[in-house]
Amino acid sequence: MIRLRDVSKTYPASEAAALDGVSLEIPARGVFGVIGQSGAGKSTLIRLINALERPTSGRVEVDGIDVAGLSAAELRALRRRIGMIFQNFGLLSSRTVAANVAFPLVLAGVAKATRESKVAALLDRVGLSDHAAKYPAQLSGGQKQRVGIARALATDPDILLCDEATSALDPETTRSVLTLLRDLNRDLGLTIVLITHEMDVVRYVCDRVAVLERGQVVETGTVTDIFANAAHPATRRMLAALAA
Amino acid sequence: MTFFENVDWSDIGQACLDTLIMLGGSLVLTILLGLPLGVLLYLTGKGRLIENRLANGALGIAVNILRSVPFIILLIVMIPLTVLLVGTSLGVAGAIPPLVVGAAPFYARLVEGSLKEIDRTTIEAVQAMGATTRQIVTRALIPEAMPGLISGATVTAVALVSFTAMAGVVGAGGLGDLAIRFGYQRFQTDVMVVTVVLLVVLVQIIQYAGDALARHFTRR
Repeated sequence: MIRLRDVSKTYPASEAAALDGVSLEIPARGVFGVIGQSGAGKSTLIRLINALERPTSGRVEVDGIDVAGLSAAELRALRRRIGMIFQNFGLLSSRTVAANVAFPLVLAGVAKATRESKVAALLDRVGLSDHAAKYPAQLSGGQKQRVGIARALATDPDILLCDEATSALDPETTRSVLTLLRDLNRDLGLTIVLITHEMDVVRYVCDRVAVLERGQVVETGTVTDIFANAAHPATRRMLAALAA
Repeated sequence: MTFFENVDWSDIGQACLDTLIMLGGSLVLTILLGLPLGVLLYLTGKGRLIENRLANGALGIAVNILRSVPFIILLIVMIPLTVLLVGTSLGVAGAIPPLVVGAAPFYARLVEGSLKEIDRTTIEAVQAMGATTRQIVTRALIPEAMPGLISGATVTAVALVSFTAMAGVVGAGGLGDLAIRFGYQRFQTDVMVVTVVLLVVLVQIIQYAGDALARHFTRR
């Protein structure tokens, strides 16, 4: 369970708060979506969970532990339990597909033999076994994101953070990546938090959703509820955009 | 009268050797000093991993000062320090400290520039995996920037070749020194031609080797 309690975040350079009093409960083993337009604070919100960003005030808890209170070593241990994938993939261009997937295990000091069998299993899981020796530049966007997913899963995390993970992909590839995420959620009991600006993504893969506007959560509930009874204008606007 | 009558080939050979020793020695030390300095410039920069305005400002100013001193002046003002470091301000050994002090800040800026080229998402991804700062530097930043680091070293090596030509001022010898003392001051055009041709060939070899090495590490 991930819990945000009255979290605010203001960047030194700007006067407006990126997040303004956000409280959220993200249940374990679900797929939780945070939707909002660009500048709504989604990116900041998801980075609070693995402490890539620190809140200006409020608490961020993962399984009851205050993330801000962790020592550097404890934070590194927590980060191994939280995988993350990105819009621009963030793969190491100097390493092969297999070496990218093995990378978190190298950092964690896992023995080579264990790494190799683990990498093989992960590449098989995301359907990229034939591409192990290629470099990221030789892959398509969808393949790169699959490498990102395999890499994020290498340390057996129980949480996966998805930062606009399908926004750089075409609709068909988006579907296949989302399907993979849904399968991983089901098979591994993985808690998935994803941020997106596309209602279509939320509808396709999420159980619950929070609508973020100008740093505030304006609506939250199950996807079914939100689609049936959207109360807030921001939500309606995004639903209308979907229908159009 | 033959054209090469003034050319003493054993002098040329010795000059080549001196140039190569100065170049090799100073290039190795320049990389050993310039690489960490460039990494620090990058890491302490705004929005970077160990952002520190004071340290970044101080390093930046130091680097800029050293880069703005003409090398010929650096050779002279460094004489006391050079004596302290290598026991003499003369010869090949005496040339190496000023060569390194002149080139390391230059290389550090090139290193910083190559590191800035790395996609921020990539660094963020590595951070999110639970990497330590040291791991981020040694296992992600440097391998990712490798083609740029090699190209930078190549540019630096070429600059060092022209710096070594001035090291004759402290009696370091080398091809540039020969060109000035015989080719220019004694009007021995043939010596000038031979030394310049050899310098051109040296620079071509450096550039070719550097490009090939950079290509070897390029995966884009």
